[in-house]
Amino acid sequence: MPNIFDEYHPLTGKIFRILDENGVLHEEHAPKFSLEELRGFYRWIIFSRVADQKALNLQRQGRMGTYAPVLGQEGIQIGAASAMQPQDWLFPSYRELAASMIRGLPLANIYLYWMGNEEGSRIPEGVNIFPISVPVGTHPLHAVGAAWASKLRREKIVVVCFFGDGATSEGDFHEALNFAGVFKTPNVFICQNNQYAISVPFSRQSSSPTIAQKAIAYGFDGIRVDGNDIFASYVASKAAIDKARSGGGPTFIEAVTFRLGAHTTADDPRRYRTDAEVEEWRKREPLVRFEKYLREKRIIDDGFAAQVKSEAERAVEETVTQVEAVPSHTPNDVFAYMFSEMPQNLKEQLALLNESLSVKREILFGDTMRHGVPE
Amino acid sequence: MVSPNRQPFAPNRILIICHEEGGRIVAELNLVEAVNAAMREEMERDSRVMILGEDVGRAGGVFRATEGLQKLFGEDRVVDTPLSESGIVGTAIGLAAFGMRPIAEIQFMGFIYPAFDQIISHAGRMRNRTRGRFSVPLVVRTPYGGGIHAPEHHSESTEAIFAHTPGIKVVIPSNPYDAKGLLIAAIRDPDPVIFLEPARIYRSIKGEVPEGDYTVPIGKATVAREGESVTLIAWGAMLHVALEAIEALTDEGIDVELIDLRTISPLDSDTIIESVKKTGRVVVVHEAPKTCGLGAEIIALINEKAFLNLSAPPGRVTGFDTIIPLPKGEHLYLPTPERIISAVRQVMEY
Repeated sequence: MPNIFDEYHPLTGKIFRILDENGVLHEEHAPKFSLEELRGFYRWIIFSRVADQKALNLQRQGRMGTYAPVLGQEGIQIGAASAMQPQDWLFPSYRELAASMIRGLPLANIYLYWMGNEEGSRIPEGVNIFPISVPVGTHPLHAVGAAWASKLRREKIVVVCFFGDGATSEGDFHEALNFAGVFKTPNVFICQNNQYAISVPFSRQSSSPTIAQKAIAYGFDGIRVDGNDIFASYVASKAAIDKARSGGGPTFIEAVTFRLGAHTTADDPRRYRTDAEVEEWRKREPLVRFEKYLREKRIIDDGFAAQVKSEAERAVEETVTQVEAVPSHTPNDVFAYMFSEMPQNLKEQLALLNESLSVKREILFGDTMRHGVPE
Repeated sequence: MVSPNRQPFAPNRILIICHEEGGRIVAELNLVEAVNAAMREEMERDSRVMILGEDVGRAGGVFRATEGLQKLFGEDRVVDTPLSESGIVGTAIGLAAFGMRPIAEIQFMGFIYPAFDQIISHAGRMRNRTRGRFSVPLVVRTPYGGGIHAPEHHSESTEAIFAHTPGIKVVIPSNPYDAKGLLIAAIRDPDPVIFLEPARIYRSIKGEVPEGDYTVPIGKATVAREGESVTLIAWGAMLHVALEAIEALTDEGIDVELIDLRTISPLDSDTIIESVKKTGRVVVVHEAPKTCGLGAEIIALINEKAFLNLSAPPGRVTGFDTIIPLPKGEHLYLPTPERIISAVRQVMEY
């Protein structure tokens, strides 16, 4: 089998694609998936979309805080996450709902996080996911450190790190790839080039024609993949992960995709991009071509699709009920996790907070309360 | 008693004078040798401990703090990294979260700022962010402070920035014994510790350091000299400037109590307050700039907890709100015994 990293060397300008936007499969590098695996991918993409849309709805109803939707980027996330082995680790940025759920993170964690509760980042034991990292481009260094620890212990664990095109302008991105190259750490870096860092297009992040070619400067393989193609995303990720596991060092994957939604619920993308551009990308989004392929091959039908959708809706509703029952912070929750043992100054500050909360408002405000001063 | 067959410290050197005390070998070491001994012993004890930084391996560190360690423990455990401070601390965070016990060396405190984002945005937040699921048992060691006649950026004393940062501990030894004991405690600490080494006294101060395992607790100050008239609070190299001042003040009949903070975050408020309640007078000494320096926090703490015990307004002897001058002007900036003496007199005469 030809090495895809040679065949699709970034300087060839080629993009690695197996399932094109018309749902046509190009056989050469096509993976052999069972029907059950293919239906599984379909389930994940639907589940991700239902969960994503629900989060947006909850936000509009005031039941969810600021949320960063994943719509349109499920291809690379499902492909890469499915190519990982159970012992591998995922380092997300903040838009990796699909990848995280595939790797075993309960949706409840994701919802709790965006609802404003740190409990969301209490990753369950046995789920190999690092917490969401908000400062853009800073966490690839942690992924390199984790992979480095794995290499020092000869554990054969691969660390897959997701970030966006904006992150590639940050200094820490460079330092992470540089360390990974020097120490040959078992890392796979996945840049979801979704074309915009909030409002700024990629052409303003870099004059580099591709992001993938940056890997060359760090001394390892880079590849440009159609991130809306689950198959190509899977095959490239699998090759990179296998290479890392066998001691071949890091790989950089530029997954070309498009954020169909807003940056977050606090963003209005109409200020910086046209509807025509969005419509153009909508034709190429991951579900359209995948569903077309599955239906033409008679792998799924209307009945299956309806069943998957209703299952997803039920699971998501159950999760909402569950997370909305989780109580808000107690004062202790604010202080308890700063250090393994609470130092004296924090104990004093916690006591002060508790004391201030125990004073009745009537005592503090006296008569003004009774005169109807709003709270 | 010299033990001729053993060279327990800095194995490739023979300058060590040793004797035995209670079955334990005690050596006369300087501060940088004590730091080296702490790392060596912890690396022998715990295979998870590793060192990473610029020039720490083959060169043994620009101050020789890691001298001989790469030979002993190999290139995987004493790692010469790219010139990349954020890279060093950022990867160390990943290493620490994944079971290693990294000691990251930043060559000078003036170069720590590219890594500050990693320290404030991640190292100090990971335990809280994940409700204890992940922690960062990381030590960041860096030489700091003036008085070494160095170029620009090599004399920084910005410890207050780190003391202001939640989720990290900040430790500053003032002598070889504490340097070893505090560094061992820092390496074993389950949370991130910034370990600031006063470069000015790396070699000028020697002291007895026992071989083998002992720790000096993080978060505990010590009374370096007991006295009744006034409390002087200092740390790092300033402790020795304070001691010089105390000699003269003692001749004047002023009985100074000297507190060596040793940990500046979290502050040992009990030791501070107890002393101030006894003396009723206090002067804080630091070489860092005055505004929002640690002295401000210490005096605010004293005002909160011992205001009615004060017989005089608290005093401060500090660096200025200027850039620390290059070597030709350094002596104008750094606190001197004379400035401390005059501040103490003022507090005494109030």
